[in-house]
Amino acid sequence: MLNVGKIEEGFVLDHIEAGKSLEIYHHLKLDKLDCTVAIIKNARSNKMGKKDILKVECDVNTLNLDILAVIDHNITVNVIKDGEIVDKKELVLPREIHNVLKCKNPRCITSIEQELPHIFVLADEEKEIYRCKYCEEKAGNSFTW
Amino acid sequence: MRHLMNPLDFSVEELDRLFDLANRIEKDPARYAHACDGKKLATCFYEPSTRTRLSFEAAMLNLGGQVLGFSDAASSSAAKGESVSDTIRIISCYADICAMRHPKEGAPMVAAERSGIPVINAGDGGHQHPTQTLTDLLTIRSLKGRLGSFTIGLCGDLKFGRTVHSLINALIRYTDIRFIFISPAELKVPDYITDMLTEKNIPYEEVIRLEDCMPDLDLLYMTRVQKERFFNEEDYVRLKDFYILDKTKLSAAKGDMLVLHPLPRVNEISVEVDDDPRAVYFKQAQYGVYVRMALILTLLGIEN
Repeated sequence: MLNVGKIEEGFVLDHIEAGKSLEIYHHLKLDKLDCTVAIIKNARSNKMGKKDILKVECDVNTLNLDILAVIDHNITVNVIKDGEIVDKKELVLPREIHNVLKCKNPRCITSIEQELPHIFVLADEEKEIYRCKYCEEKAGNSFTW
Repeated sequence: MRHLMNPLDFSVEELDRLFDLANRIEKDPARYAHACDGKKLATCFYEPSTRTRLSFEAAMLNLGGQVLGFSDAASSSAAKGESVSDTIRIISCYADICAMRHPKEGAPMVAAERSGIPVINAGDGGHQHPTQTLTDLLTIRSLKGRLGSFTIGLCGDLKFGRTVHSLINALIRYTDIRFIFISPAELKVPDYITDMLTEKNIPYEEVIRLEDCMPDLDLLYMTRVQKERFFNEEDYVRLKDFYILDKTKLSAAKGDMLVLHPLPRVNEISVEVDDDPRAVYFKQAQYGVYVRMALILTLLGIEN
């Protein structure tokens, strides 16, 4: 069994679907941050069989985790301070997502005007449906960064 | 500043005020002949659409305003690679209001975000064509006297027909409407629309032949069945006559039923029907001018 040490301040993202941790690493732009990150893949889980875990050592105010709800709202976000879990953050679907999802509709204006932001708006909260702000095409399951 | 991107941008009450204004214009056009003196409409048409462009231009000229613009992308700076955002910033310096047609979906919304003047979506690809829907609603309201309490048949290509989808979405805001969808199986109205109607408890039926429902209809909205939508020639030949309205089929209809069509028609309405008082598709084109006049006045803040 592999052991990864405790962090003093930051987040532990638990119950990530096995294999999705790298995708989340990119979406949270962790590659751009100068902090310690542990990516644990295929950890054993009673609930899920296999799961991924991300441990991020950082100031808890520096990271915007809204996008996690879009990727998988079953992820558990533990907020760590002084080496202890002080909060479990609830994931809320953001009203708008900027430049995370890419509109795949070849007829959309974003397909020819490269400088335009790719903005998706929450169209149905219950069904978790996002639509392109410009052409209203439904967001697919494939994410891009 | 208001723009018009989608027919649902206006509430039912705002639409009532817009249609009241359009009817006042219809009754007394001379009163509005100088309402837009000194104002300019820019028609930015990145793809040709003569009828829509001329309808906008006629609307502005009827109000005493002037028009400028381009009628296809090749004669605009888009051919040199200028973005929609840059173009609208320039147009904002030249005109007071802009009607934009673009083959790419969402282009008028990009323009509206950067514009210093009101922008009207005059059609963006297969996405929205709000002034067509406003035209349809004004025609129904003016000639039927109400928006609601009727059975409407929508006939033809209900799968890809943008005007049909917009009209359904606009009509479900009114009460006591029953839809009958008349189309071949290949061109049925998409599931997301029938699911929405079921969810909202709005009655609808789907039939294959026009004759199957003609006596029930208060309104018949015809659209073109395009040959290229069919998988094979045999199916097209077998089905196409079901969707051609002629005098014989019309004889089974109510005396006060109205026939609408967004035009252009090809052969889906026989010319022998044109003289029937129930055929109102040419009047519909006239209402298209009135509703665009009312829209220009409203967005410029001159009336309403």
